[in-house]
Amino acid sequence: MTNSAIEVSGLRKAYGDKVVLDGIDLEVRAGTVFSLLGPNGAGKTTTVNLLTTLLRADGGTAHVAGHDIATEAKAVRKVIGVTGQFAAVDELLTGQENLQLMVDLTGVANGEQVIAELLERFDLAESAQKLASTYSGGMRRKLDLAMTLVGSPRIIFLDEPTTGLDPRSRRTMWSIIRDLVADGVTIFLTTQYLEEADQLADRIAVLDQGRLVAQGTPEELKRQLPGTHVRLRFTSVAELDAAAPVFADSTRDDEALTLRIPSDGGTKSLRALLDKLDEHGLSAEEFSVHTPDLDDVFLALTGHTTEVVAK
Amino acid sequence: MSTTKSPSLVMLRRDFKHIARNPTSVFNAVLMPVVMLFMFVYLLGDAFSVGVDYVDYATPGMLLLAVCYGLGATATAVNSDMTKGIINRFKVMDVPRSAVLTGHVVASVLTNLVAAAAVVGVAFALGFNPSASFVDWLAVIGFVVLLGAALGWLTVALGLFAKSPETAGLASVPLIMLPFFSSAIVPADKMGPGVRQFAEYQPFTPIIETLRGFLNGTPDTSDAIIALAWCVGIGLVGYLWASSTFKKRA
Repeated sequence: MTNSAIEVSGLRKAYGDKVVLDGIDLEVRAGTVFSLLGPNGAGKTTTVNLLTTLLRADGGTAHVAGHDIATEAKAVRKVIGVTGQFAAVDELLTGQENLQLMVDLTGVANGEQVIAELLERFDLAESAQKLASTYSGGMRRKLDLAMTLVGSPRIIFLDEPTTGLDPRSRRTMWSIIRDLVADGVTIFLTTQYLEEADQLADRIAVLDQGRLVAQGTPEELKRQLPGTHVRLRFTSVAELDAAAPVFADSTRDDEALTLRIPSDGGTKSLRALLDKLDEHGLSAEEFSVHTPDLDDVFLALTGHTTEVVAK
Repeated sequence: MSTTKSPSLVMLRRDFKHIARNPTSVFNAVLMPVVMLFMFVYLLGDAFSVGVDYVDYATPGMLLLAVCYGLGATATAVNSDMTKGIINRFKVMDVPRSAVLTGHVVASVLTNLVAAAAVVGVAFALGFNPSASFVDWLAVIGFVVLLGAALGWLTVALGLFAKSPETAGLASVPLIMLPFFSSAIVPADKMGPGVRQFAEYQPFTPIIETLRGFLNGTPDTSDAIIALAWCVGIGLVGYLWASSTFKKRA
């Protein structure tokens, strides 16, 4: 027995003619966070639905906690927890009742205590007696995740857990996920945000139109990227001509009158860069710092942007 | 794991809480057939000539309407469970299909019984004078439950199948319209050609005739057998359709 929590080989799924997953392979080690990164329509949710036994694969094999998803679905369901893209909470029940429902269905002992702890941990104790329909988006996601945790699953699937959340709720969700990992839980996370995968994941796989186009640690992936850079825009070609030799490793764009200079984006290097401009008596019309986002990743890895190709 | 409660009971309790917190749906399910009964019997009843007191003629059909009007709420409730991901949550927890769906059917049937009781109550107030024996009454209740369960399963299937709660609500409209094209309001032989044949052969007519027979104390065995066959058939189709949709749709 290896210490793989999830092992996938050649997984395929098609709806009629439309191939959604075109043979993906991946491995998630127990106790780590694995992130499936990709734009809308890449096949992320389909992957989660297959691995959580909601859908049947058309080809390939997958094992979750050592159980075959095709032949041992029941055993798989016993060890996993799933929080989908849209908070699956019962809006006509209170937060407390939603958790009680999970306790009743999973049959955990000392349910009262489990509920109280989860409400406390997710900062929902005050709203526990209110109907879930009155909750904000962030609270619903938290309640959803709390419901998933009732049976203490060892492998948790999070399908875009922060899509549509405000930055503050997103941070809260991240810290909750980190706490789970600290407890030894394995997390399979899908996201559209490079930053999220970078923040949380031990390994990232990039999914594009049903195929994995890259896989590795965040560092390995970022090495393949254009990297953070500063962009200076000038008003004339003469100014651009004067500035280009000053920054040896820069790339110029005569059309846009811009100069692209690699930088880590920190204040120190930015100050040095600005000082250098001053020294040579140069001034740029516009100054901006670019950090790579999912679009850059896709452009670098696939040669196209995240726009879903209409078929 | 000794604390596990029966999933069916857990689900049923959940459905009851829903009804208690969203009483409009039950209110509609009870109020509409009562209003219909009042309208047809009290306002229009004197204009119909059906050979017997009109309230005695109309009440069995109104019992059927009482069942049908409850179905919209069931379809919407099932569909919102489906589209909001609650059913998927239960599926990955391995809660049995029977528990999730049976809860909805049972809640639907109980709503039907409340509505049917209200219809009978108002009918008595309007002078309803049945000649049914105690056993006949039991048969009437039995048929209402059977019909409610059969149509309930069909409605659960429609609710699972529909793309949104709105379309789920719409999908149950034919079930509300069908009684009007049966012998519920007037006898089929008084209708125009085409509609008459439709009314004679559609499932609700034998069901209404059976209820009418029991309430008059003159049950017709052949009607009852046809009605029973329709109920079992509709229920079976609904059950199988609901089960396969539940399995397939994620």
